[in-house]
Amino acid sequence: MSNVMTIFKKEMRTYFTSPIAYVVLTIFLVFCGIFFSMPLFLNNQASMRGAFSIILYAFTLFVPAITMRLISEEKKSGTFELLATMPISDMQVILGKFLAAVTLLMIAVGLTGTYAITVSLLGEVDAGEIFSGYVGLALLGSAYVAIGICASSLTENQIVAFLLSLAVILFLTFIDKLVSFLPIGGASIFEYLGAEFHFRNIERGVLDTRDVVYYASLIFLGLYFSALALKRRF
Amino acid sequence: MIEVSSLTKQFGETRAVDSVTFRVSPGEILGFLGPNGAGKTTTMRVITCYLRPTSGSVEVDGLDVVEDSLEVRKKIGYLPESAPLYLDMNVVDYLRFIAEIRRIPKTSMRGSVLNAIEVCGLGDVLQKLVGQLSSGYRQRLGLAQAILHDPEILILDEPTRGLDPNQIIEIRDLIRDLGRQKTVIFSTHILQEVQAVCKRVLIINQGKIAFDGSKEELAFGLTGKDRIFVEMRANGDALDVLRRLDHVDAVHVLGRDDGGVTRVHVEAPRGSGMRERIFATAVEQGWVLRELRRDTQTLEDVFRELTTSS
Repeated sequence: MSNVMTIFKKEMRTYFTSPIAYVVLTIFLVFCGIFFSMPLFLNNQASMRGAFSIILYAFTLFVPAITMRLISEEKKSGTFELLATMPISDMQVILGKFLAAVTLLMIAVGLTGTYAITVSLLGEVDAGEIFSGYVGLALLGSAYVAIGICASSLTENQIVAFLLSLAVILFLTFIDKLVSFLPIGGASIFEYLGAEFHFRNIERGVLDTRDVVYYASLIFLGLYFSALALKRRF
Repeated sequence: MIEVSSLTKQFGETRAVDSVTFRVSPGEILGFLGPNGAGKTTTMRVITCYLRPTSGSVEVDGLDVVEDSLEVRKKIGYLPESAPLYLDMNVVDYLRFIAEIRRIPKTSMRGSVLNAIEVCGLGDVLQKLVGQLSSGYRQRLGLAQAILHDPEILILDEPTRGLDPNQIIEIRDLIRDLGRQKTVIFSTHILQEVQAVCKRVLIINQGKIAFDGSKEELAFGLTGKDRIFVEMRANGDALDVLRRLDHVDAVHVLGRDDGGVTRVHVEAPRGSGMRERIFATAVEQGWVLRELRRDTQTLEDVFRELTTSS
């Protein structure tokens, strides 16, 4: 565990001593802020539903951006060889990096709590809905981070890692929008594959095992394939 | 102690290391020589648990690099080729990070870091970002990283690469000092380095061991022959006289000028007293000896012989 924490601390420091965290957080908050405030007064509803959708879509760009360099950079600069010959397992390295990216993501999501405060000042809000919405975002965000780390472990090139995770995350985010074009039988499968579909379930306040299992298996698969990818060395 | 037995590493079609067997005893400094691409780095990467062997085994202090990988890694300090570092950290933070991964206890961490800084001469650059360091300092920081946990075994992949002559001498001295208490394997393709630092030499070529022995054996022992250089003023049949001497294997004429000065190489088995015999013969025949010496084969000659013939 302490090995995981060592890697975690190092990654957090890298995020916050370089411009990465500040730039990405700023862009994320500005982006979400614009799209949150524009329709707020038009709709005349004290709800976070709109905000959650925006955050969820922002993740598709935000997560690849904060995960792309995590492993690809180590491979490119050769520092991975250093880590791989230290008394620390590959999985501990991956977990440390995963936790760091999830933490940064949670900081970003936490800062959108200001929207919830704004909304609650404007009218009566459903506190339960907001809480379960954030739980859903945490699960969905963690799953996306695992995918981003997996993409990053497959290549030495950050841009390739970014595009790869962007493609997979976009697929998972929008697959259930295609449901209406499909015959009934295929529809439910695609619906189950869709990350947003499960988010909507959790947001409604129903913490169903199926939804949790979906995100947990994405996290597991992402981290497992990262470890497999790191085993291939030249 | 490091024991490599019939180690083979295959990358697709290419066999980077081909059933290599050798052993390094505690307290030995082993120079690992070979042309680029000979398999030095691959062998070191297997010993340091970065790569898994395709077949064969490597044991470090009786621990297998595959079975007891994490335990082996604790015993080894490793400087990878081109000393990869985190460029966005400063020197102290970097060493502290390594100390944490190495699980050096909090109480002795400060001492370990300070010691590594002092041994590697990093005192002037503590607060600098690694990315701003010159290649000499980066190499030293890589070395500091390798010795931080006071390992029994040091594996250094081309530690003097990219350094200027003064820095090379410093690093060599450092390796020699470290070698007093530790087992050291270091790779290089610079022959003087081996001559300067280590007693034992292992030459690897195309994945196979081409030579394993002391550096003296390397310099003298390959052919078992001496080459004696003779420059003299003599008459025309001098060469025939030389060739007829006992034990002379061959006489190669290197040059002859108009004034009758001849330069030859006489090859004879070592210890046959050939130089004295040549001198006596010259006196007898009335030749004027201008120069008479034994040419040692240079390491370069030997190296070229070993690595190009096969």
